[in-house]
Amino acid sequence: MSRKIKKAFRSNEPYILIIIVILGIFIQIRSGQFFTGNNIVDLLSALIVPGLFAIAEFLALISGGIDVSFPALASLSAYATTKMLLDMGYEGNVIVPFLIAVAIGAVLGAVNGFFIGYLNLNAMIVTLGTASIFQGFMQGALRANQLSVIPSGMKGFGTASFITATNKVNGLTSILPYTFIILVVVCAAVFYLLRYTIFGRGIYAIGGNAQSAHTAGFHVERTKFLIYIIIGMIASAAGVCRVCMMQQCHPTNMLGMEMNIIAGVVLGGVALTGGAGTLTGCMLGTFLIILVENSMILLGIPTTWSDVFVGLVIVIGVSLTAIQSARSSKGKKSAAKGEA
Amino acid sequence: MNKAKSIYRKNPEVSRLLIIMICWLVFMMFTQAEKFFTGANFLNMAGKFPEYGLMALGGMLCMITGGIDLSVVGTANMASILSAFMLIRVFGEDGTMPLAFSAVIFIIAVIVGVVVGSLNGFLISQLGVPPILATLGVNELLTGICIVMTNGSTISAFPKQFSEFFKGELFGFIPWRLIIFMIVAVAIYMMLEKSTYGTKLRLYGTSAHVAKYSGINTSTLLFRTYITSSVCAALGGLMMLASYASAKPDNGENYTMQSILLIVLGGASPNGGKGKLSGVITAIILLNMIESGINRFRSVSTYYVKLIWGAVLILALVIDYMSQKPKRSK
Amino acid sequence: MAQSLLKAEHVKISFGNVHALRDVSLEILPGEIHCLMGENGCGKSTIIKIISGVYQRDGGTVEFNGQKLDKITPIDAINLGIQVIYQDFALFPNLTVAENLALNTELASRKKTVSWKNVRKIAEEAVAKINFQVDMDQKVEELSVAQKQMVAISRALMSNAKLIIMDEPTTALTRKEVDALFKIILKLKEQGIAILFISHKLDEVFEISDRYTIFRNGEMVAAGNMKELDDKKFTYYMTGREFADKVFVAENVSDKPVLELKNLTKEGAFSDISLTLRRGEILGITGLLDSGRTELALSMFGMLPADSGEILKEGKPVKIASPRDAINCNIGFVPEDRLSEGLFLTQSIGDNIIISEIDRLKKKNGLFDHKKRDEEVEKWVKELEIKTQNPDNPATTLSGGNQQRIVLAKWLACDLDVLILNGPTVGVDIGSKHDIHMVLQRLAGQGLGVIIISDDLPEVIQNCSRVLVIKDGRIKSEYDTQKVNEKMIIDDMM
Repeated sequence: MSRKIKKAFRSNEPYILIIIVILGIFIQIRSGQFFTGNNIVDLLSALIVPGLFAIAEFLALISGGIDVSFPALASLSAYATTKMLLDMGYEGNVIVPFLIAVAIGAVLGAVNGFFIGYLNLNAMIVTLGTASIFQGFMQGALRANQLSVIPSGMKGFGTASFITATNKVNGLTSILPYTFIILVVVCAAVFYLLRYTIFGRGIYAIGGNAQSAHTAGFHVERTKFLIYIIIGMIASAAGVCRVCMMQQCHPTNMLGMEMNIIAGVVLGGVALTGGAGTLTGCMLGTFLIILVENSMILLGIPTTWSDVFVGLVIVIGVSLTAIQSARSSKGKKSAAKGEA
Repeated sequence: MNKAKSIYRKNPEVSRLLIIMICWLVFMMFTQAEKFFTGANFLNMAGKFPEYGLMALGGMLCMITGGIDLSVVGTANMASILSAFMLIRVFGEDGTMPLAFSAVIFIIAVIVGVVVGSLNGFLISQLGVPPILATLGVNELLTGICIVMTNGSTISAFPKQFSEFFKGELFGFIPWRLIIFMIVAVAIYMMLEKSTYGTKLRLYGTSAHVAKYSGINTSTLLFRTYITSSVCAALGGLMMLASYASAKPDNGENYTMQSILLIVLGGASPNGGKGKLSGVITAIILLNMIESGINRFRSVSTYYVKLIWGAVLILALVIDYMSQKPKRSK
Repeated sequence: MAQSLLKAEHVKISFGNVHALRDVSLEILPGEIHCLMGENGCGKSTIIKIISGVYQRDGGTVEFNGQKLDKITPIDAINLGIQVIYQDFALFPNLTVAENLALNTELASRKKTVSWKNVRKIAEEAVAKINFQVDMDQKVEELSVAQKQMVAISRALMSNAKLIIMDEPTTALTRKEVDALFKIILKLKEQGIAILFISHKLDEVFEISDRYTIFRNGEMVAAGNMKELDDKKFTYYMTGREFADKVFVAENVSDKPVLELKNLTKEGAFSDISLTLRRGEILGITGLLDSGRTELALSMFGMLPADSGEILKEGKPVKIASPRDAINCNIGFVPEDRLSEGLFLTQSIGDNIIISEIDRLKKKNGLFDHKKRDEEVEKWVKELEIKTQNPDNPATTLSGGNQQRIVLAKWLACDLDVLILNGPTVGVDIGSKHDIHMVLQRLAGQGLGVIIISDDLPEVIQNCSRVLVIKDGRIKSEYDTQKVNEKMIIDDMM
């Protein structure tokens, strides 16, 4: 048993969990408001879009790649969808917007996938380029500007409450919109995909050793191609969620999110070199950043400090990870020696 | 034909950009010759790029080591905000500043660069944090500190002599900002080509492990590289201060990606070991020509610039891919 | 005449203008252990890749089990019963042992989903075949080299393999591990599985193989029964030339030691090591792979600073805490793994040569003296006969032997007093090996102190004046190489 625990503590997840719990208790002591229904609901609600993005980035990192284009991709597909439906005067439910956006996302993701998978070009550079293209297309060809009205179906979906929590002390009410279900569903689907399908194990295999994956019979090129399509779809879904929740469509306000998302995923123990990391870690790391960003008010710290704290969390977090991995690789070496 | 091929082979990074540039110039000649090929237009271009051009110069060094510097914008804003505060403190709101005081502003920028670069260097070389994460975190931290210092608002009530001077031109036609850019470019050229630093840098970027076995002092090398990058970024921040005549925490947010795009387009590989000053400078000139060319077309939205930048980057990659393909047969 | 299991005849393949295989034939009988030998670049790996479906041949025929192979994919080869165990084992370091073992089977079954119970079952069956004990939930990256190899072998056995090809399987193994591996190979032979064993260590080949084939420059030069092969013939077939090996005799040995170690200790690696090295000597240090010999070498070079003890350079105590310190004391180090520790593969030959002495190539004003650099590069390319048309070409364009010479040149350019070499000729072909030995002997004659750390005993005995045997981190014995034979050293090592 103790061996299992030791093993668990070799990865990042338990540490992140402990930090989250300690932070929670600390905030609870300071403000008495952390473990209240509405605060938890607020945090979960803030997790929806970054969480979806994190899952998408997680897939890219696991396969040994990286994606910095997803905010631009999500902005483009969400904007195009909203604009199109508005022009058509669409009044129906929210399923159609999601389908359209996800389809656009799949096409845009396929562009990334083609260059990264079939031409084997560097993922970082390709997505840097496509991010620029997507944004240019949105603002140039589509002449995107803020849409303050969105189709009623989307509006309804974004405001309808899945869980409502009222804080008895200050009477504040928070709602968790139905978009949360999308996060849960995507999370479950990706978990299943990675754990129980050959395709998913192939993603890990490719991230671990692409050459061996090829010799073992995985279709490395096709798998990478499909991964970026899936990333495009998840990111687009996140984009629509965001539009629904904000009740308006702003073409550029998701841009620039990529860096903090990557930081969150890596804090959760997902390796930049590919192949290593769990979905749990990915979500925990993202949640930690959300927690820091959203707990300023409860702690009585002016919100202008939020970037400072997020920056500190990233710097300290990645430093500890680096120190720990240096130590464990040393330990590994001596352990291997001991056995020999 | 063979000769052309061998010239291309010798310096493919620059050559492929020159090919794209020539195509673009020919296109502009047929469509917008009278507006594009004017001295004023070229001067206008030259005054614009030093802000992110400086960031690209320093960032290139980091990329040659196989790293990356994502903290350039945070560093630039930090330098410009600190300078603005300093000016207000010394000369009062909207006071007058003797031009010689500019030297102090440059010193502030260098100090900011050294401090930030040392922090990056420490995280990367001493703690072994991957550069992308270290500099990302530092950028977030710097931006955060900038927001706290300014309360998120714009600072513009500082003496404008610095801005006015550096917005201007020497002899009425050479932009001062271009001169600063060129001084830094020459300094980096000296480091890369005329001192042993350049060779060490490239070799370190190829394999950090072998570099250690070869007796290269890798910590010093990394510190030097990240400090140089941060100093370049801080100087870029001063150029931003000059052209905007204001300082705020989120100025030039696009410049991180823009500068990386320039570095990569210039032929540096994110895997390290490769990168040339000539490449990055050609990339800067090319993108400026495209940007200013597009602006000549009234009917075309300036946002297309982004699209074309991205397309050029991917095009450069694909050209590279095609030219390498025969070697990869089987 | 037994029906052959694999019969490749007149196989040709070329890459661009390079004829990797001109005309080679290879015949393997069912259930035999066959050894394929040849120098680097002779086409050994290429023929394996053709047999296993990675490359498509340009000409010739390949028959397996009586069936003609045409345009097969790696999967087809596996389905036919051909398994290759590559040098890097082609494992997934980030996955568990169980999954590594089961992944291929799962893939072959064309199922879309993974049943973890099934994975476990497959994996347990796989290790049972060779009685291999391992924690199924451990990640492969945490295993030792020998364990990884066992995982690879177990995996290869899963799909009813008829032929298992092993690409230099013994390179990173300790002697004990090699013995264990050979036991398993013999067991596989009993089960009727043929083994194609690729190696260039002659002693091992003699120990295990039934028959051999030798390639040179993309052609087959000899094949036959192992019994009929001897040392001399072997060397001739491999290289096409004959060598007069010169036994090193130290002359001009200095009175004062150039380097002394006093009670050097590193926790968990070696303890209480004292030795002296004089100019003009070549000192051999040998021991088993896990004896601490490599750690000792790294300590002398500052990569792995010792915990206690003293290092004296020309009588004066010095502190060597980093490779920089060592270089400042004029101590150089040729690492064992040329590719990952010694060379900047994609960089130019010239830069590789001058990198360690680069700080001495400055002009008075501190700038890089390019003229002096080029002179140095030219000098060393000539001195060590590095075969290249242009020293601006990347190091990848050279053969293994020439690459090893660059590593040597890099250190010689530093004007050393002491040169430490860890396995200087591992993976180097016979011709280059001979040349490197001659260079080392000449350098010692010129007054350099040389330390060779190697488990290649003929190399040590032929080239060193004295040899130290290390066992379990301590010096077990010291011999004058003129009064020692291999048996005595092996007895001390074990």
